[in-house]
Amino acid sequence: MTTTDIPRPVEKGSGPAVPRKRSRGAATGGLRQAVSATTLLWILACLYGLPVLWFVLSSLKPASDLFSYPLSLVPHNPTLSGYLTAWRSANFSQYFINTTIVCVITTILTVGVSCCTGYALAKYDNKWLKVFFICILATTMLPSEVMLAPEFLVVRNLGLYNSFAGIILPAVLTATGCFMFRQFFLTVPDELVEAARIDGARELSIFLRIMVPLSRPIMLTLAILSFQWRWNDYIWPLLMLNDPNKFTVQIGIQSIVGAQNINWSVLLGASVISMIPLIVIFLVFQRYVMGADINAGLKD
Amino acid sequence: MTKRALAVAASPPRRRSKYTLAPLVLIAANVVLFGLFFVWPAVIGLVYSFTNYTGVGAFQFIGLDNYHNLFGDSTFYDALTRTLLYAVLFVPLNFALSLAAANLVVSKHAKGVTVARVIFFIPWLLSPIVVGVLWRWLFGENFGLVNYVIEKLGGSAVPWQSNADLSLLVVVMAASWAWTGFSMLLFIAAIKNVPVSYYEAAALDGAGPWRQFVSITLPSIAPTSFIVILLNTINAMKEYPLFVSLNNGGPGTSNNLLVQYIYQTGFQRGQIGYASAASFVLMLILMAVAIVQLIVNRRVENR
Repeated sequence: MTTTDIPRPVEKGSGPAVPRKRSRGAATGGLRQAVSATTLLWILACLYGLPVLWFVLSSLKPASDLFSYPLSLVPHNPTLSGYLTAWRSANFSQYFINTTIVCVITTILTVGVSCCTGYALAKYDNKWLKVFFICILATTMLPSEVMLAPEFLVVRNLGLYNSFAGIILPAVLTATGCFMFRQFFLTVPDELVEAARIDGARELSIFLRIMVPLSRPIMLTLAILSFQWRWNDYIWPLLMLNDPNKFTVQIGIQSIVGAQNINWSVLLGASVISMIPLIVIFLVFQRYVMGADINAGLKD
Repeated sequence: MTKRALAVAASPPRRRSKYTLAPLVLIAANVVLFGLFFVWPAVIGLVYSFTNYTGVGAFQFIGLDNYHNLFGDSTFYDALTRTLLYAVLFVPLNFALSLAAANLVVSKHAKGVTVARVIFFIPWLLSPIVVGVLWRWLFGENFGLVNYVIEKLGGSAVPWQSNADLSLLVVVMAASWAWTGFSMLLFIAAIKNVPVSYYEAAALDGAGPWRQFVSITLPSIAPTSFIVILLNTINAMKEYPLFVSLNNGGPGTSNNLLVQYIYQTGFQRGQIGYASAASFVLMLILMAVAIVQLIVNRRVENR
């Protein structure tokens, strides 16, 4: 199920060669093809970019201009008042801090635990390890949305209701993380482990001293994915948290949407603020996401 | 391989014991989490689905009554058919859009690929709640940009919010838009995997870009296509936050999907037993999807 595209190294080498050879072969029709491909690409890109652009530009308009006709794309007198009201009102800054705490802790735990599990699954050969691998596979097929009520009862019985631990712990085990590390450690030659064993290194120190540093790129990729999942998670925090001081950003935004009369100025501001952290992280670490060997078994 | 055999032969007993202990230590945390947050809920969920448990106090076993009631419950049927309809619309649209995006991004005839790739990917970073807000803002009946443009062009305002089917359509578009980036990444990896020589041979035989796409790219990326379709089916079946923020399952209750139904019966009406039964129906659907995925994948791998 995970083996869609294993031969990454080969493909990386041949990837850039495709266009060069192809464009040389079709030099005559090249210009026409280039024009049509570029046009299509940018028409599609506009379809994807414009909604976000319109949303962000709208959030810069003062509340009184939001519904004034004719609608204008660029705000006449841009203001940050929507953001400021959103940030000050309804504990939004508190939600922001809460979400950050939850995301950071979950991400660190997920990366650590997945790294250990992925290594064990890749480098040890045991019957019960194979069984556990199938168990992890099973979790992709049964997302937590399916077991909403029973999972809620379990967390409540563990005494974790209305605490951050109640959102963090159930989210730590992710099949995707284990798969990603397993796939990576499968590409690390066994000889490396054997050599260290012959030198007398203990199993766990082989893992900690040699394997963990090697897997740094995968760690970053999974960290970004995990951060995105938890930052955008809505239903589980909604069920788990009762105390408004512990709410996350998504619950905060939904509570503005659910109001009788939606305050669009505040809603737009709050939404754009909530987008910022992920977009910044993505732009900084772009190549770890775009170049990642992401394959099947991904869930959120 | 021979090196490994030698090393194992050198000291078998010590190795054997370490082989059990070390991996056990490494997977311990995940085994505990798996037991606590997967096995335990699955077991009590199955048990509760045969009871009239309300979340507190005592409960009685009522056999298959929950399931029996469920199949006579028109609200449940509406939610189920609406969810299936949503999946049937969303999966192909997302498939077509992300495949088109991936092909254009991979094509080296196109200019500005790096920027475009980021643009395609950004919607995936937004949370379903924010995506819902964004599309609600675009498709507002009295204030949205889309209706404004339609009216400017001489049309009349479209009831995006008050018509149940149009409302579902907006969610389908929003979801396809938001999930494109991710499916696109999977497709890009697969397309780059196709051997160059196929395209060179096809170009020599005079095949145009469309012909090359249909006869080479599509068959070569078939395994990835299946995975994208099945992942998206699972995602569609469990969609909830997008509907909540975009139209709150409305107008009225016409767009209440399965997860929303489970949430409302379980947590707002406190019928945990009944909600668990509904959960198990959803689980069976997802399992069927997963089994199809496994079978298809195996067949493709054995080819």
